Amino acid sequence: MISAAQPLTEVLQQIKGYIYPNEVELQWGLLVVVYPYVTGLVAGAFILASLARVFNVREVQPTYRLSLLTALAFLIVAPLPLLAHLGHPERSFEIFLTPNLNSAMAMFGFIYAWYLMVVLLLEIWFDYRKDAVLWARQGKSWLRFLHRIFTLGANDLSERSLRLDRRAGRLITLIGIPSAFLLHGYVGFIFGSVKANPWWSSVLIPIVFLFSAIVSGIAMVLLLYMLSCLVRRRDVDMTCADKLASFLLYALIVDFSLEMLDFIHRLYAAEESIHILSQMISNRLFLSLIVLQVLLGTVLPLLFLTLVSPAFRTHGRAVVKAPAELRRLVYFGSAMLIQMGIFSTRWNVVIGGQLFSKSLRGLTVFKLELLGVEGFFMSALLLLLPFVILYLLVVVLPPWPDREAQVEAANSAETAPG
Amino acid sequence: MRNRVCPSCPCDHGDKSESARLDRRDFLSKSLLAPAALLVVLEGKPADKAAAAEAPPPAAYDPTRHNYAMGIDPGKCIGCGRCVEACKTENDVPREPFYFRTWIERYVIQTDGETVVTSPNGGIGGFAPTTETGILRTFFVPKLCNQCTNPPCVQVCPVGATFTSQDGVVLVDGSYCIGCRYCIQACPYGARFLHPVTHTAEKCTFCYHRLVKGLVPACVEVCPTQARIFGDLKEQASPLSRFTRFNPIQVLKAHLNTEPKVYYANLDGEVR
Repeated sequence: MISAAQPLTEVLQQIKGYIYPNEVELQWGLLVVVYPYVTGLVAGAFILASLARVFNVREVQPTYRLSLLTALAFLIVAPLPLLAHLGHPERSFEIFLTPNLNSAMAMFGFIYAWYLMVVLLLEIWFDYRKDAVLWARQGKSWLRFLHRIFTLGANDLSERSLRLDRRAGRLITLIGIPSAFLLHGYVGFIFGSVKANPWWSSVLIPIVFLFSAIVSGIAMVLLLYMLSCLVRRRDVDMTCADKLASFLLYALIVDFSLEMLDFIHRLYAAEESIHILSQMISNRLFLSLIVLQVLLGTVLPLLFLTLVSPAFRTHGRAVVKAPAELRRLVYFGSAMLIQMGIFSTRWNVVIGGQLFSKSLRGLTVFKLELLGVEGFFMSALLLLLPFVILYLLVVVLPPWPDREAQVEAANSAETAPG
Repeated sequence: MRNRVCPSCPCDHGDKSESARLDRRDFLSKSLLAPAALLVVLEGKPADKAAAAEAPPPAAYDPTRHNYAMGIDPGKCIGCGRCVEACKTENDVPREPFYFRTWIERYVIQTDGETVVTSPNGGIGGFAPTTETGILRTFFVPKLCNQCTNPPCVQVCPVGATFTSQDGVVLVDGSYCIGCRYCIQACPYGARFLHPVTHTAEKCTFCYHRLVKGLVPACVEVCPTQARIFGDLKEQASPLSRFTRFNPIQVLKAHLNTEPKVYYANLDGEVR
């Protein structure tokens, strides 16, 4: 017997109704759930950064650099779950060498490379160049060495050159916004274009993915910002936190409306697949869809943020006047719930789309293993890895506004006459 | 007697007047030469070998001259499962009951409108007698890759490892497949699986290795009732042409516009 056969034999006993025999094995497991979750965070964090840069939302400026580094840390990890999932990862480079141009998935490599090289790395480089030049003159030797490498020898700090940095950064962010939409919209398209699968096949899926990405990205940066303040023993800039919470609420409302639209449309159109999909929701996805995604992950944060955040302020006040301490708690709790909710969304799309048979006559189950490449620990590791990468990035390229101010002060002291 | 034979036709183009003049003297002198000629033949004359090398090769298989398809008559299928067994043997398909290139489904439609579909071990070894009561109608349906003209699996393969051959068969290049499983997701018919040993996508190939030798697929070969009719759409006169001419034909999930090339005769509306 083949090693994979044992859990599949167990699945055979839990099938309800009829499924095609080849459907006993679920093709895409937890790793493929992690992938859209991670790319969503990348796109969301970048769009938050663009709020500060392009749309001049000054309040969220303290999170600008943190958003960029968060996007980069998650982007570095994004291809890893896919790579680990492949039957032949050693052949993955063929996607670059001989892509099938009719395949949506073949575009992954190009969109990823574009986003990493042209958008994120360039934007970070232009934004940090001035600081890196200054940091290369002070601090620990290994950090100075890294900063010197980072500058790529472009040490010119003249006003003209700094103006170029600012202009280039702004231009790249402008290009970056549609690119971020492309990155995550494309992930949605991968699922939405599968006409064989009525759970996935929807033109709304890429747009739902996009808005859920924005929601998850803002919530993640909000969490990281509050945690970083805690670790660095700084006060949370409440103007910034309030603004982030407001944007989070707006995005959440759009996201939830789109999801509801999709849901109501399916229910109203009541196509051939409606019976099996209803059975799936009430049987197999009740916990992950109704409880985790909708109630805990969406409705509850919607309620909290509507009440506490200043998003819908009337006469200059929020619906419920809450002290800063309470607002911080509510924001933190809501952002955590949203993360869980968005992860559940990805789960419900990826796993849910495989729990019913394409014969529309039966349901199967997903057996999560703990060990192995497709196991729980591997996915947990891949979800922790971006935070480790982010920590290293933060050490090398501190994103804190006060740190900039310190450098600025040190620099002016250095260059001051006398 | 014929002393010169036209290689291309059975008729006798020999000069009869010359052969009639063969007298006893000639016969004896030629008879003496015969053993020597036999020796030369047994030794193998170098000149003969050279001539053989120059001769045109036997007609090579030309894929552009074919477009393969299959007809299925569910009314003839008795659910014996021999086709499934033959397919597993012929193509080294893993024996576990969740890897199939072809399988048989049994539909039991009851008087209350409920439809029960089963395919225990893909139908290998046949089906146990029905236990349902109030049966309105029941029948077997062989399933396999539909060799679509617009194959979604080929469209989504990121590296082009799965492709449509010139003779209209959807194949997988196992040495090229990266094992992303997108093709399995894209197939509306559940006809693909990931081979647990090679970690590449697998599917029915119409026994392509047999086709190029002029043989029919193994499932067609063993079917005792001729429920499967294999043929070439480019051939005007063939059992498949006859089958499609004299039966009302349906294909599976026609609304998906995959344009299958597995044609079902008189298919029940319950079949998906």
